Amino acid sequence: MLSLTDVSKGYASSEGGVTVLDGVSLSLAAGETLALTGESGSGKSTLLHLCAGLDAPDTGRIEIAGRPMGRSDAERAALRRSTVGLVFQQFNLIPSLDVAGNLAFQARLAGRHDPRWQADLVATLDLGPLLSRYPEELSGGQQQRVAIGRTLAARPALVLADEPTGNLDEASGDRVMALMLRLVAETGAALLMVTHSPRLAARLDRQVHLRGGRLT
Amino acid sequence: MTGPMFALSALLSHWARHKVQAALLLLGLALATALLTGVQAINAEARASYDRAASALSQDNLPRLVAERITVADYVALRRAGWPVSPVIEGEALIGGQTLRLIGIEPLTLPSGVAPDIGLAGDPTGFLTGEVILSAEALNDPRVRPAELPSGVALTDIGVAAGILGPEISYLLLTGDRPAPPGYALIHPATTDLSQLTESFHLNLAAFGYLAFGVGLFIVHSAIGLAFEQRRGMFRTLRALGLSARALTGLLLAELLVFALVAGAAGVLLGWLIAGALLPDVAATLRGLYGAEVGSGLTLRPVWWLSGLGIAVLGMLASAGQSLWRLGRLPVLAPAQSRAWGRESARAMRAQALAGAGLIGLGAALLAVRGLWAGFGVLAGLLLGGALMLPMLMAALTRAGQRLSRGTVAQWFWADTRQQLPGLSLALMALLLALAANIGVGTMVGSFRTSFTTWIDQRLAADLYVEAADEADATRLLAWLGNRAEALPMIRTTDGGTQIVGMVDHPLFRRAWPLLRALPDPWARLDAGDVFINEQLALRRGLAPGDRVEQGVIAGIYPDYGNPMPQVILSWDRHRALYPLPVLRYALITDIRAAEIRAAFPRVVVEDRAAIRKASVAVFERTFAVTAALNVLTLGVAALAMFASLLTLSSLRLPQVAPVWAMGLTRGRLAQLEFLRTLALAALICGLALPLGLALAWVLLAVVNVEAFGWRLPMLLFPGDWLRLGLLSLLAAGLAAALPVRWLARIAPAELLKVFAHER
Ligand SMILES: Nc1ncnc2c1ncn2[C@@H]1O[C@H](COP(=O)(O)OP(=O)(O)O)[C@@H](O)[C@H]1O
Ligand SMILES: [Mg+2]
Repeated sequence: MLSLTDVSKGYASSEGGVTVLDGVSLSLAAGETLALTGESGSGKSTLLHLCAGLDAPDTGRIEIAGRPMGRSDAERAALRRSTVGLVFQQFNLIPSLDVAGNLAFQARLAGRHDPRWQADLVATLDLGPLLSRYPEELSGGQQQRVAIGRTLAARPALVLADEPTGNLDEASGDRVMALMLRLVAETGAALLMVTHSPRLAARLDRQVHLRGGRLT
Repeated sequence: MTGPMFALSALLSHWARHKVQAALLLLGLALATALLTGVQAINAEARASYDRAASALSQDNLPRLVAERITVADYVALRRAGWPVSPVIEGEALIGGQTLRLIGIEPLTLPSGVAPDIGLAGDPTGFLTGEVILSAEALNDPRVRPAELPSGVALTDIGVAAGILGPEISYLLLTGDRPAPPGYALIHPATTDLSQLTESFHLNLAAFGYLAFGVGLFIVHSAIGLAFEQRRGMFRTLRALGLSARALTGLLLAELLVFALVAGAAGVLLGWLIAGALLPDVAATLRGLYGAEVGSGLTLRPVWWLSGLGIAVLGMLASAGQSLWRLGRLPVLAPAQSRAWGRESARAMRAQALAGAGLIGLGAALLAVRGLWAGFGVLAGLLLGGALMLPMLMAALTRAGQRLSRGTVAQWFWADTRQQLPGLSLALMALLLALAANIGVGTMVGSFRTSFTTWIDQRLAADLYVEAADEADATRLLAWLGNRAEALPMIRTTDGGTQIVGMVDHPLFRRAWPLLRALPDPWARLDAGDVFINEQLALRRGLAPGDRVEQGVIAGIYPDYGNPMPQVILSWDRHRALYPLPVLRYALITDIRAAEIRAAFPRVVVEDRAAIRKASVAVFERTFAVTAALNVLTLGVAALAMFASLLTLSSLRLPQVAPVWAMGLTRGRLAQLEFLRTLALAALICGLALPLGLALAWVLLAVVNVEAFGWRLPMLLFPGDWLRLGLLSLLAAGLAAALPVRWLARIAPAELLKVFAHER
């Protein structure tokens, strides 16, 4: 589903440059779930963004669903629409759309809007009473449930989640996590989830740790 | 560095990193100040000229005796008979290469307090003996000495004037309240109070100045709002480090003051340049329309600096008030998450729209009140009310857009547009005001131009118009013309502030004086002793055909565009009987060319129809050249306001755009949508500005013009102009959006990723 070969990425900084990822290789099978752990600043988000094609690696190859990551903005955007779903720590809902609009947005963009599936999601995520509210009127836990619904409504083959419960208290975090894992399993998507909680990481099929720019 | 200085330098460091923003802030304030001080300077200069004219030439207001011909012997005879008269020879003279109104007076008999204080009382000998001409203009002629006189006027002893203009006396000034001696007519000259006559013109200019000022402040407001928003974190840190809220506000005030003073100084200089550039047109207009002479020189007075800087500081405070107020209430430990900048609740928007509707209603109610100020009140209510209602209307329109559109992206496009409205609404209001003013003034000028040219083509029915220097010349001219031309005499006097015209009954004049309203068979009534009056007089005194004026029953009312004075037409014979003046002007129906007459009679002024028409239309065009220039400037300022807001928003908008990008819309596509949005907004504003502008035009034509000039014109529509203006504003919007859009299209992914990685 996802494979990274010898991927490196650095940033220019005031003292020359910093290497964040230094020859990372990784692969993820269809339907498999993988936890990526590491200290703050170790490059977890950077890695995830590369997998989503939000940024380009300096060297190395990234393949998704057997196809190499495109070079152009347009190709990578098309890939995100067709295959990838993202869940962020900051939720990052579209502030100008209400919950219903947010839920349908990505599926529609991908041309895979399915009203029945969306209704299922609304029921599972318990979003029914919130459909006409705007993101700023929701709690963090509610926002993240919308974000998960938005991502899974498009039935992506690969879900990339960056500390999805990092901004939530433990109780609502656990609830959101359970819902996400359940829905990912239901759709058969592969999941790469960044977390720094060993407890959460243990609930996934496999774990890798990022340190010094390399996976261990 | 002390604590507060350190804090101030921290605050100011922001501007070093945001140079465009600083430039916009300065530019907006400088432009606003410039347009207002420029207009005020023009008005002040003109008013100073009127005051000079009023104080210097009070003889213009004395009753005078006129006759067909007054010789020195006639004057002496009257004087011997005990009449307190003083002779004046007046005419146009070419002195030092410039045409001046030369007034020759007789200092010994001149009623006291009439001549300007030019030292005549002390020692009149120099004035009496030498060839001395006192002139407002400093001319390169040994005879001429500069004096405090209205521009375009020269004063001299009657002997000198006789040498230049000929010995015939123009009129005799009469002191005391006496009837005219036999053979003379007594005329009470127009008490032309120039400042009253021209008030509407200056009010017009001032209104434009204030409009431009307001539009400029929109820019300042948005630039300050952005700077405050961007520095929230810094403010919070400074507060946390122990700076009191009051100290912080004080520091920011100091910072704003520095900006205001710099921008104000630039604005005064710019305003001076603008005023200098516009003054010749203004002067030409005032001369053409009101016969008011205004010098075209402009001095940069110290009081301008004061008022300009004051205006800039006030404008700055007005624009920054909201931001400063919010800052005072900012809790030290407020969550870092900021709500969208300038976001207003739906309730506030509704209240605003309600207030706008109230203002429009108030303006409509003012329609019932007469007077120029009421007219401007209607205009202000309309413009301000329209602007206040705009955000609500735009919200409704974008909501409709969202409902009507099919695609996800299109729906998001409209929703996102609506979300940006609070941040853009000030700029959109500025654009709306500028466009509406443009359409309104354009429609008025266009309507006026069309009516005016049709009218002047009618009025100028004869082939040539001649004016002889004296009656002898006129007699010789008529003899020379013989039967090669039909010569129709024309005569006009000004008596008691009203122009009195004597008119020969001839088909030519019947054609040239179309009547707006009339009793049946008006020309026969004119012959029988009734009168015609111009529209100005009718409107001013609320007269209709059948009513009476001092000269008789009104048989008809005619349009008389461009004339600021009331006018009455009498039949030729009645006029001759009332005012025995020399007949010097004739309208000629002829094939003879103007040049031929000029060659034969060098002292006769000959003008052909085309030349007069051209000159009249030129006066008209110059009248509105100033308005047009201010219009364009206002539109430019509005475009700049748009640019400032878009630039402001573009960096604040990343959190709204980034998720959409993450979900698979390319940066190029996002930039494209952003561009499209600006165009769509501009187009919507154009659509809304059209009805507002037409309402404005109606008020201008039906209320303000009637009060100001005394004529009412039909409102004509010029869709071609609207189309051009619409395209222009789309172009301006496109240009305003170009930079922010380019920035978005080329933004590094890392910038967008910060939205996901950082706490915001
Ligand atoms: N746009 C950027 N420019 C420069 N440095 C960056 C940028 N984004 C991330 N970094 C640096 O890269 C490193 C890894 O960041 P990140 O991937 O966000 O870490 P994590 O998600 O593991 O906390 C950090 O040291 C961070 O400072
Ligand atoms: Mg991270």
